[in-house]
Amino acid sequence: MKNDIDIDITIPSHTRYLRMIGTIGEKVAQEIDCPEAIRKALPSQLAVVLTEGLVNAIKHAKSAAPDEEIHVRINVSNKNLVVRIYDNGIGFDLDAVPPPCFTSSGLEEKGRGIFILRSLMDTVKYTRANGGNVLVMEKKLA
Amino acid sequence: MDIKTEHTEGITVLFIREDRLDANNSEELKTELHRLFDTGTKDLILDLKEVLFIDSSGLGVLVSGYKNASTVHGSLKLSNLQSQVRSMFELTRLHRVFDIFTTVDDALQSYN
Repeated sequence: MKNDIDIDITIPSHTRYLRMIGTIGEKVAQEIDCPEAIRKALPSQLAVVLTEGLVNAIKHAKSAAPDEEIHVRINVSNKNLVVRIYDNGIGFDLDAVPPPCFTSSGLEEKGRGIFILRSLMDTVKYTRANGGNVLVMEKKLA
Repeated sequence: MDIKTEHTEGITVLFIREDRLDANNSEELKTELHRLFDTGTKDLILDLKEVLFIDSSGLGVLVSGYKNASTVHGSLKLSNLQSQVRSMFELTRLHRVFDIFTTVDDALQSYN
């Protein structure tokens, strides 16, 4: 098994790029050499993770100005897959985001994005970085 | 958003003719569902046969429609969930909330 992928992408802060980032995620995942149990679901999982992460960054960016940019970095080694998504917004407390309610009576429209990220990745952290914030999501590959 | 609408024996069927339901296009569906339930629609089937990808925003809009339906004592049922969409429903436990059918015909028959 040999994985050595490092991709840097800078895209405008707009949801019209969700399809593009999701497709990139799928293609990258298809190139990753890892156990079958992980590999099969990885393309669609990485597409979801990048989509949710990008939407999160767009929401927290300072403005919806077309010149606002979001930086995405995907790093794959034999050990793990790490996705970093940088935004320049004011940030939020990841630990303060409650899990969604799973019953019909308490259904809410919003609040599933972070839950999905936490479910699909092994670790999810959101911290201050370079005057903005970075969402760091890691998945073990071995 | 490309949506085809049919009416069968008092049931409205919306065929979502998009391969993605995400934060970029789901607001349009939310507006349409709200409009339909606000103007007298009671029972509605959403066919997701062509939707290959859904994110939390897309799921949220379906939940919004489900709540709209409940408010008017109607229903919102789903049909033809593709593999990634079904996985997202299972991940977020929404498959326990919605009535989900293999085909539109199965969903229509559930009203008999």
